[in-house]
Amino acid sequence: MSHHEYQKVEGRIFSRSFFILLTFVLIGMSLIVVRFVKGIGAVSNMNDGYPWGIWIAYDVATGTAIACGGYAVAILVYIRNHMRYHPLMRSCILTSLFGYGLAGFSVMVDLGRPWNAYNFFLPSKWQFNSVMFEVALCVMAYSMVLLIEFLPAILYSLEKSKWVRFRRFMDWLHPRLVPDKKAVLDKIERVQAGAGWLRPRLEKILIFIIVLGITLPTMHQSSLGSMLLIAPTKLHPLWHTPMLPLLFLINAIFMGYSIVIFESIISSYSFNRPYESREIAGVSRVIPGFTVVWMLVVFGDLAYRGQLGAAFSMDHLSLWFLAQMVLVGTGSFLLLGARGPSSPRRSPRRLFISAALILVGGAVYRFNVYLIGFDPGQGWSYFPSLAEIMITVGIVSLELLGYLVLVKMVPVLPKAHGAPPLQTQNA
Amino acid sequence: MQTRRSFFKTLGATGTGFVGATTSASASSTPEADNSQLAMLYDATRCIGCKACMAACKRVNTRAGALEVEQAAFDEDALWDAPAELSGKSRTIIKLHRDEEEWSFVKQSCMHCQKPSCVSACPVKAMHKDPVTGIVQYSRDTCIGCRYCQIACPFNIPKFQWDKNNPQIVKCDMCISTNLRDKGTTACAEACSAGAILFGRRGDLLKEAHRRIERKPSRYYPKVYGEHEIGGTNHLYIAGLPFEKIGLPTLGTEAPATASEEIQHTIYKGFFAPVALYAGLCAVAVRNMRRNGNGDPEPSGEDPGAADESAKR
Repeated sequence: MSHHEYQKVEGRIFSRSFFILLTFVLIGMSLIVVRFVKGIGAVSNMNDGYPWGIWIAYDVATGTAIACGGYAVAILVYIRNHMRYHPLMRSCILTSLFGYGLAGFSVMVDLGRPWNAYNFFLPSKWQFNSVMFEVALCVMAYSMVLLIEFLPAILYSLEKSKWVRFRRFMDWLHPRLVPDKKAVLDKIERVQAGAGWLRPRLEKILIFIIVLGITLPTMHQSSLGSMLLIAPTKLHPLWHTPMLPLLFLINAIFMGYSIVIFESIISSYSFNRPYESREIAGVSRVIPGFTVVWMLVVFGDLAYRGQLGAAFSMDHLSLWFLAQMVLVGTGSFLLLGARGPSSPRRSPRRLFISAALILVGGAVYRFNVYLIGFDPGQGWSYFPSLAEIMITVGIVSLELLGYLVLVKMVPVLPKAHGAPPLQTQNA
Repeated sequence: MQTRRSFFKTLGATGTGFVGATTSASASSTPEADNSQLAMLYDATRCIGCKACMAACKRVNTRAGALEVEQAAFDEDALWDAPAELSGKSRTIIKLHRDEEEWSFVKQSCMHCQKPSCVSACPVKAMHKDPVTGIVQYSRDTCIGCRYCQIACPFNIPKFQWDKNNPQIVKCDMCISTNLRDKGTTACAEACSAGAILFGRRGDLLKEAHRRIERKPSRYYPKVYGEHEIGGTNHLYIAGLPFEKIGLPTLGTEAPATASEEIQHTIYKGFFAPVALYAGLCAVAVRNMRRNGNGDPEPSGEDPGAADESAKR
C-alpha cells in the first residue's frame, strides 16, 4: 500500500456546511431521544401491517448498497487486477465505512428491544434458518473489516502528523486545564512510535482482510434480497422471485460502481479538486455489463414466471417497476458506445448524470421490494412521518459530517493531478 | 377430557414441560402435519359473538402477556374493553363480517402453524415452536424487536407495541404460562359457552370438524381452513361462508418458510460456498499482487506473519 497516492484536503474543519449538517444531526438526535422515551410509534408511521419503514428500506437496504463502493472497487483492483484504480480505494472504503455505520446506527434506532441485541453473539441463540441472522452477523463482520481496511490511513496520519491542530488546541485552552504539557507531548511521541510499528505489520496481512471485505458483501448483499423471500403472499409477484438474492447482488455491484463515480465528481466539485477523469471513465466502462445482465435476469425471470403482463399493465405498481427499469436502462445506455476516456460520452457531466440515474434506479428497485411492492392486505398503508424522515436525514448528515472532517484530517482522497475544475463552478 | 389430562401427565413425567422444551431446529422440507399437537377449532356457525373469549383471554393473560384494556373513542368513562383490531394490547378478537345478505363472526388469533414463518424468520430464536405441544411461543427476554416475524407472518398475527419504550411482540401462546398450565385448556375455549371454540389435539379436532360438516352439509362451507393451508395450522376454522369472505387469506399448501429456507440453505450449505469463495478470491488476489510486485513493500506469501517472526528470532 503506497501512501503517497493519497492526500489530505486543505481547509477549515468548521466550515459552513459543517454547521448546516450539524443542525440536521442535532434535530435527528433529539427525535431519536423522543423515540427511546416514548416508543417508535411516537415518531414514525410504521404499523403492524408495515413493520419496516424507511429506516430499513432506505438506511439499511438502500444505504448499504450505496455503501458498496468499497466492495465494487476492491473487486476491480484486487481481483480484476486493475491497479490503476487503487487511488480510489481509500475514499471508497471510508464512504463504505460510513454507509455501513449509518445502517448499523439506524438498526439500533429501529430495533424495538436493542438491549437484547447481544443475543446475536450467543451461539445458543443462533438461528440458521433466519435470513436476517445471516445479514446481521455478516454486516457486523464487514463493518469491522472496513475499519481494519481503513486503519492504515489513520495510523499513517497518527505517525506522520505534526499534531498542529492538537497543539493549537492545547495552547488555546487555559493553562490550568492542561495539567502537564510536556507529559502529553511525550505521550504523543509514543503514539507515533506505536502507529509506526503497527502499520507495516498490518499492511502485510491486509490483502487477506481486503479479500474478506469482498466475500462478506457478496454474502449479505444477496441475503438482503433473500430477506423478503419468506413473504410470498405480501410481496408483489413482480418482485417476489427466487432470483431475489442474485438480483440484489448484481444491483449492489452496479450501484457500488455508480456511487464511486457520483462521489468522486461531487468531491472534486465541492473540494475544488481536479476531476479524477481517467479513473471514473474507466469505472464507468464496467457498469453496463452488470446492468445489462441484471435487466436480462429481471425480464427473463418475469417471462419464466409469466408475469410480463403485470410489468406492463400500467397500474401503480407496474409504473414503479418500469421506473426502476427505465432509470437503470437510461443510465447504462448513456454509458454505452464510447471508446477511450477522451470521448465526449466520458465527460464528467455525462458520467455524473448516468451514475445518478443508475443509483436512483437501483434505489427504486430496493424500495419496490421493501416497501412499495409490499402489501400486507387488509387496507394497511404507510407513508413515512416527518419525524421519521428527519431521523434518517440526521443520521445521513452525521455520516456526511464524519466524511467531511476525516478527509481533512487523514489522507483519503487521491493525490490531485491536472487542473482543478473551473472556479466558476464552485460558486 | 381424560386423554388431555393424561397427555399433560406424560409431559410432566418426562420432564419436557412446556416452557423448557428444547428447540425444534427442524430445517427444511415440510413434514407431514403432526396431528398430536395441541390445537383449537373455531366453528363460526356456532359463535354468537358474545366476546367472552376476548374478555377471558385478557383477564388471564394481561400480566404475562403485557396486554392492556383498550378504550373506545366514544367510551369516556372507560366502561368497556373495546379493541378494534388485534394489537399490542389484545391477543384475540371476534369480528363480524357481513355483506348485504350474509354475515358471520370470526375469531382472529395466532394460527400456530405447523411450519411457522415467524419462527423461521426470527434471527435469535425469540419465536419458538415447541416440538411436542406445537405451540408457537414468544420470548421477550430474547426478542430484539426487529419485527421480521411481522413481515413473515401471512396472517399478520404478531403485533408490536408501538407506543411503548420497552415494546414486545404480542400474540396468542395458547395460555401456556397461565390457563393451560393451571386448568389444561385455553381461556377462550374454557369461556366459550356456545361450543364454538374447542381445544384439543389437532387430529381429534380435525375429525370433529369433518364430522360437523358431514352431519350438516347445508350449514357449512365444505372445507376445514388450516387443514392444508401453508403446510397446516393448529388453529382450525369451519364456517358457513367461504373463508375469504370472513377475512382469512387464500393460501397455498406449501409453507413459505420451507421455500425460503431451501434457497438460503442451498447457498450456505455447510458454509462451503462462502469459504470456497474466500479461498478462491484470496488465491487470485495474492497472485495478482505477486505479479505486480510493486503493490506492497514486500510481496507477501501465503503466511506473511511467519517471515516476520523468524526475522525477530
